[in-house]
Amino acid sequence: MTRRTASTALALVATLAAAPAAAAPPLSDLAARGYHLYGQYCIACHGANGQGVLQPVPNRAGAGPGRAQEQQTALAPSLQGVGALSADFYLRTGYMPLREVGMQPRRSRVLFDEGQIRALIAYVASLGRGPPIPQPHPERRNLSEGMKLFTDHCAGCHQIVAEGGYLTGAIPPPLENATAVQIAEAVRIGPYVMPRFSKKSISDRELDSIVRYVQYTKHPDDRGGWAIGHLGPVPEGLIAWFLGATALVGICIVIGKRLKRE
Amino acid sequence: MSKAKEALLAGVVLLVSRLRRKPRLKERERLVATAPPRPGWELVALILLLATAICAAAFIVVYALDRLPRETQLLGLSLGLAFVFLAAALIVTAKRLIVTEELEDDYPVIEHPDEQETVAQLVEESGDRLTRRRLFKVGLGAAGGAIGLALLAPVASLGPVIDMDPFYGTPWRRGRRLVDENGRPWRASDIEQDNFYTAFPQHADREELGSPLVLVRLAERELDLPADLAHFPARGIVAYSKICTHAGCAINLYRAPLFQPAEPKPALVCPCHYSTFDPATGGDVLFGPAGRKLPMLPIYVDALDELRAAGNFDGPVGPSWWGVRLRRPRTETSP
Amino acid sequence: MIRGAVRFVDRRSGTAPLLRKALRYLFPDHWSFLLGEVALYAFVVLVATGIYLTFFYSDSTKDVVYHGPYAPLQGQHMSEAYRSVLDLSMTVKAGLLIRQTHHWAANVFLAAIVLHVLRIFFTGAYRKPRELTYVIGLLMLMTALLEGYLGYSLIDDLLSGMGLAIGYGVALSIPFFGANLAALIWDGPFPGGAPFYSRMYIAHVFILPLVIATLLAVHLALVALRHHTQFRQTPRETERKIVGVPTYPGQTPRSLGLFSAVAGVLLLLGGLVQINPIWLWGPYHTYSATNGAQPDWYLGWLIGALRLVPSWDFVIGGYTVVPNPFWGGAAFPLIVFGFLLVWPWVERGLTGDTAYHNLLDRPRDAPMRTAVGYALLSWVLLIFLAGAADRVDVLFGISYSTQVWIYRVGVFVAPVVAALVAYRVCLELQRGERVERQRRGAEAEADAAARRERLAPEPAARREPA
Repeated sequence: MTRRTASTALALVATLAAAPAAAAPPLSDLAARGYHLYGQYCIACHGANGQGVLQPVPNRAGAGPGRAQEQQTALAPSLQGVGALSADFYLRTGYMPLREVGMQPRRSRVLFDEGQIRALIAYVASLGRGPPIPQPHPERRNLSEGMKLFTDHCAGCHQIVAEGGYLTGAIPPPLENATAVQIAEAVRIGPYVMPRFSKKSISDRELDSIVRYVQYTKHPDDRGGWAIGHLGPVPEGLIAWFLGATALVGICIVIGKRLKRE
Repeated sequence: MSKAKEALLAGVVLLVSRLRRKPRLKERERLVATAPPRPGWELVALILLLATAICAAAFIVVYALDRLPRETQLLGLSLGLAFVFLAAALIVTAKRLIVTEELEDDYPVIEHPDEQETVAQLVEESGDRLTRRRLFKVGLGAAGGAIGLALLAPVASLGPVIDMDPFYGTPWRRGRRLVDENGRPWRASDIEQDNFYTAFPQHADREELGSPLVLVRLAERELDLPADLAHFPARGIVAYSKICTHAGCAINLYRAPLFQPAEPKPALVCPCHYSTFDPATGGDVLFGPAGRKLPMLPIYVDALDELRAAGNFDGPVGPSWWGVRLRRPRTETSP
Repeated sequence: MIRGAVRFVDRRSGTAPLLRKALRYLFPDHWSFLLGEVALYAFVVLVATGIYLTFFYSDSTKDVVYHGPYAPLQGQHMSEAYRSVLDLSMTVKAGLLIRQTHHWAANVFLAAIVLHVLRIFFTGAYRKPRELTYVIGLLMLMTALLEGYLGYSLIDDLLSGMGLAIGYGVALSIPFFGANLAALIWDGPFPGGAPFYSRMYIAHVFILPLVIATLLAVHLALVALRHHTQFRQTPRETERKIVGVPTYPGQTPRSLGLFSAVAGVLLLLGGLVQINPIWLWGPYHTYSATNGAQPDWYLGWLIGALRLVPSWDFVIGGYTVVPNPFWGGAAFPLIVFGFLLVWPWVERGLTGDTAYHNLLDRPRDAPMRTAVGYALLSWVLLIFLAGAADRVDVLFGISYSTQVWIYRVGVFVAPVVAALVAYRVCLELQRGERVERQRRGAEAEADAAARRERLAPEPAARREPA
């Protein structure tokens, strides 16, 4: 960690240690461990008690996550009320810790071990009442309903068979590595610029269908042969040229003659 | 010689001559060049032909069997290989078995001036009898042209080519309910922030370009509408045509930032050429090739909390065409 | 037996002299001359597989509910057309093979035509007296493009439906009468009246194949009547004398072998590599869309153009004279095809060469033509590449909007640079050959001189004092 973030962290931890803890309910052992981990890895952006850092950051000399974004007025949102659901999602995908404020979180190497993750989840869950980790049951639901819902709500960004895509300002990822729980969590959170689908918009039963469909897209019906990425005409065109046309030109060269040199 | 011996000799001569092949009409020299045989390559070609037959038979067998895994792959492999082996056999024949002659020939004559002149002369002389040649040409031209136009005229029945009214029509009018794909009316309380919803006019054709809407809810302070659109939203809910004004794809993407200070602001995006529209300013184009803002529909919330249209869009929907800025859309009369 | 057959035909048609001429017609045997044949055989495969497909396709847009074997679409609303293709792909034995072979054949057909056109262009085969053959060939290319587009749009799946909407948008963007034309074709605004799919169907299975077949027949007749062009490889090949392999016995097994190879490759692709898995895309609705929708490759060059044009409708006095998609979707291909169509006459004007040509140029022997052709090709390829800028952003992280600006500049700069580079390369190659020839000439001279020396040596007193 850099000097600036270390000093901020120490200052905040000191503040926390000094403040009377009797105002909030006492943390469980797991959550207490999470509280210390939070102080090491998260507090610099998400602030004390997970309240977020939403005020302009003073422009001090030195490096740090806030320094890189000169135009930023804020660092990270509040975690109060996001619940175990959000913490579980962001930590297990490696979306957090974020390398740079404002960049799109991406699936990456998970820095924490299982115990640390559980501890952090417990702490974040203790910050106000938030949703628990969901337990989707895709096997109970309908593949066809899932495809319909996915087409309506998700395919515009994630592509019809969840191969991911592009839009101005973001890159919706492919979903092949997403577990059922992570899909359910992402739908409820709406990370980065993804819409946030509440239970009113997509019920738990509908979500189960969507999860079932997404799982299907990991191994869809490829009865036509080599699927070349399920991306449609672009890889097909490449094959037509680099396999089909190339083979046929090769056969032409075998049949015909080359230009004689003078 | 005795008569019997003569007869026998004649019979033998006739028989032998019959057995010998008939001589050709005239002596012919060889047309195709000769080359030594290559039995090795012949064997290769024969093996390839056998492989062709085996693969083709395999195709029939695979075709006859039921419920084979990877059926399409096996069918394609067998028939495809059959043709590939046949190709190989033919190419081997062409390059190794049949003699390849590099022959010379003349290019055809560039032109035939005599014949050209004859043809031209024929046409000219045929018209000699006419005294009013130019008039006839004009007459024939007029007749032919008119018949041509007459024969083309029924093409106009293929569609409403003159009347552009259908391009301005949408099913929306004041009081029309906004429903979801199952026909259930949308309520204002259904529409939450950071999400996007598709709505249709109740009892209308959903596939019409003027039908589908995309609804989003913005915080009141986020809205920055021009004066003529300020009354269009209802409780922060804004309704736009779902059909992109660039080339007509459905705007099925909504950019909803979780953390507004550090992330791109809310926007409706079209997946075809990435035209990006701002829902807070009335559908202005933020990025991409669309040349016209997204049409906005005025809505209101009725006594039952249901969303209804307050009128028609502020401009025609769909891709631009020559008259798209001349008029405002009108409500279609239902069929 | 052969004699019997020939006699039968000649007595009934009198064509033995024609047959004799045809059998000994000479084909110059450079491999690049076979590219046109590859396209021809791909067309044959298209017609054969296409006829089979017409026995199963239904052009009805009636709304039906799916109750077939494919679970993710169970109970979904779709058109009868889409369902008929689903059924063909999933329940008809070998149906998917034939459909995929047909689609691969279309892609390879157009690739072969493009390769063939490149060969014709860069060797100057379109010069007098073959301008007509060239123009007919280009018309076939344009027709084939439309034919392929209609073919995959018939299925009414999500991907091709989006493509049809864009086609509609481009039609609307034609100045002055675009909307009227679109109303005619679609019987009203998009998605059109009930007969629209029937119109596409009849155009795809009858009208356009007839157009292509007719143009093809005239094209081949013209080629045969004027005879093939040829490279000058030995002194035997001249403007007057053609050197080649006769139709029979030499060329026939070659051509049959190539046909069989084309059929084989297309069938192998059709069985082994999945193309257009329409069950994954789902049915089309005007209010549905998926990310990453692209047209087939031979229309993909237009997507790049459509995406690069800045946001701008050209409006005069309330009339939207030139809507935005016109530039990328209509003007761009019109410019490319228009340029190719008039090029033989433009080149004639620029070079003053109005002679009759049966011999081909190697690209390096005609630097101006090669430079111009290369400039046009790199312009088209650059715009084609621009259509993949979103994928490049996803894969390599280069911002899409940055790429758009790079391409917008590149579109003007790249053809000029390409032309200059190609021109210089041609001249350098020519110069290299000249030097090589001079060197060999000098070596030959030196050898001859050495031989003379040996036979009649010069007096030794010539040598200079040390």
